[in-house]
Amino acid sequence: MKIAGWGRFPVAELPCRALRDLEAGRAALQALPGLIARGNGRSYGDAAIGAGGVLSTLPADRILAFDADNGSVTCEAGLLLADLLDVLVPRGWFVPVTPGTKFVTLGGMMAADVHGKNHHGAGSFGDHVLQMTLLMADGSLRRCSPAEEGALFAATRGGMGLTGVILDLTLRLIPIETSAIRQETRRAPDLGAALAALEETRGATYAVAWIDCQARGRNFGRSLIYVGEHATRAEAPHAALAVPQRRSRRIPLDFPAVALNRWSIAAFNELYWRSGRPGTTLVDYDSYFYPLDAVLEWNRIYGRRGFVQYQCVLPYAAGEGGMAALLRRIVQSRRGSFLAVLKLFGPGAAKAPLSFPMEGWTLALDFPADADSFNLLLALDAIVTDHGGRLYLAKDARMGAGMLRAGYPQLDAFRATRAAADPGRKFRSLLSQRLDL
Amino acid sequence: MSDTKRAAMATQTAMIVGATSDIGRALARAYAAEGQSIVLCARRPETVERDAEDLRLRHGTTVSVVGLDLLDTPAHARVLDALPVLPDTVVMVAGLLGEQPRAAAEIVHAAEIMRSNYEAPALFLGEVANRMERRGSGTIIGISSVAGDRGRATNYVYGSAKAGFTAFLSGLRNRLARQGVHVLTVKPGFVATRMTEGMDLPKALTAQPEEVAAAVVKAAARQRDAIYVRRVWWPIMTVIRLIPEQIFKRMKL
Repeated sequence: MKIAGWGRFPVAELPCRALRDLEAGRAALQALPGLIARGNGRSYGDAAIGAGGVLSTLPADRILAFDADNGSVTCEAGLLLADLLDVLVPRGWFVPVTPGTKFVTLGGMMAADVHGKNHHGAGSFGDHVLQMTLLMADGSLRRCSPAEEGALFAATRGGMGLTGVILDLTLRLIPIETSAIRQETRRAPDLGAALAALEETRGATYAVAWIDCQARGRNFGRSLIYVGEHATRAEAPHAALAVPQRRSRRIPLDFPAVALNRWSIAAFNELYWRSGRPGTTLVDYDSYFYPLDAVLEWNRIYGRRGFVQYQCVLPYAAGEGGMAALLRRIVQSRRGSFLAVLKLFGPGAAKAPLSFPMEGWTLALDFPADADSFNLLLALDAIVTDHGGRLYLAKDARMGAGMLRAGYPQLDAFRATRAAADPGRKFRSLLSQRLDL
Repeated sequence: MSDTKRAAMATQTAMIVGATSDIGRALARAYAAEGQSIVLCARRPETVERDAEDLRLRHGTTVSVVGLDLLDTPAHARVLDALPVLPDTVVMVAGLLGEQPRAAAEIVHAAEIMRSNYEAPALFLGEVANRMERRGSGTIIGISSVAGDRGRATNYVYGSAKAGFTAFLSGLRNRLARQGVHVLTVKPGFVATRMTEGMDLPKALTAQPEEVAAAVVKAAARQRDAIYVRRVWWPIMTVIRLIPEQIFKRMKL
């Protein structure tokens, strides 16, 4: 069957098995050398495209245990975050870290060590996982936690499925009083103001900036900052712990290539900038965390050719100069997308060799998968590497092995752990081959 | 769902026979989401314990697990009589696709397919029907197949058993129509399940297990008699049924 990431680039024709039970998982290990576990396919590039096949974890989606006293849940890796939230929120709990879509699996969240709008305070997903069970390349099961098999745990966190198949995991939860988010919108007229606003809101639980990648001159880097806090019962007495009603639309067709051009994107960005009225409102958690989930299959707006998402992090020391250099190059190219996000990361996970976040600034945006974009991205790569930054594997579809080596200094530690866990290289993806992981 | 409706549902019990199947799992979730108590019935009960706990944690409902080898037909009555209450709804999902070429060559395999898709499910539902008739209420749901609509070279052993099962359900419906017991026949068409894994199925004709479950729950609530899960199957199967045998026998379907 045809397998692609969320960016629909690249695409591969591969045999597909499903993790219906342990026997099925072991049989897939035997039958498909070079396979990789795949959750809901929301990594953008080739991370969940196996070299020889894929093992879908989606059927393994059971909640195994819930500890309401201490606030933890144990679930199988194929469970969707959306389904978990449906169960947790009415009981007054939330996940400690959430990415920008809830249509991801818990196993995928761990394999990519996802981060949220609260990385500056809460770290990444793996910081909150207490333990997990892996199906190893030889068919055995191994439990690991930060204390038990710590190296395996650390390499699996952000390890893109290359150490084993995550079968289940135990996650620490955070209590919430209501399902609402108190959202404060701020306007930052230029890049300096945007970075300053994110610095200022370090004390807030959630903070993210939408940045206009087409604005020039004195508007260069203008941003809307969204700060969020879980609303208390006193602040949102009516919201209680209600799960928001699903209201979604589906993109019904692949948009033609001309639909997204610099004029349509500039018009969108201008409208978006103007609509962001400063002030504080209560919104439900879907609107705050998952605005794009309301548009199902939004990846189709880039048409059949697909798109690539580019997310980099620059160390804090690179500061405004580094971000300005990147943004200048993007603005100059006139290919800026309308989905550009800027965040401040706190310290990264020192022990996890392939975990993406590091203390500094992260920028994420999409480009159509075409030759002009790839040329632009090569230029951006050089800026990122010069400033000591790196790219996020869950988004990447095209960087070279050299850039990875430069950005991930603990790569050899990852390779050693992987070699011990999977000496025969049963687990391989197009990503692992491309980057010589 | 309104709280009153949920409260009404909470006193109901749905039994899923064939609870390890993908459609069975999806049905259990759909009924549990309505607040119904669930009885999961499987050959190896230990394989559904995880599902039972998942249903309890997600929906806060009562879930019990019953072991039954459906082919052990003398055990049917015993299992039903051991239940604390006769369920309000019994859904028969169990079945076996088998392999047609092997079934043509090996009588044992053919018999296994026939027994698993017709004899055992029908006999079990017959026992259920007698008890529901005595009580004067209940819903019986049989997951049959479009394969039973006409025998084809590629799967006629399975298809003939499903044809028998469809006819059995229709007779049961006729018998019980005035006894307060409703019988629903479901022909899902292609479904993306363990049974069809690795087959190259056309996307427009292939339903997900959750879609089948939602269609079944809705059709049962509306007291429908027989449904195809995706409507597109009705014209397809109507045409397939209408092709004259002289022509049909030379076709490759």
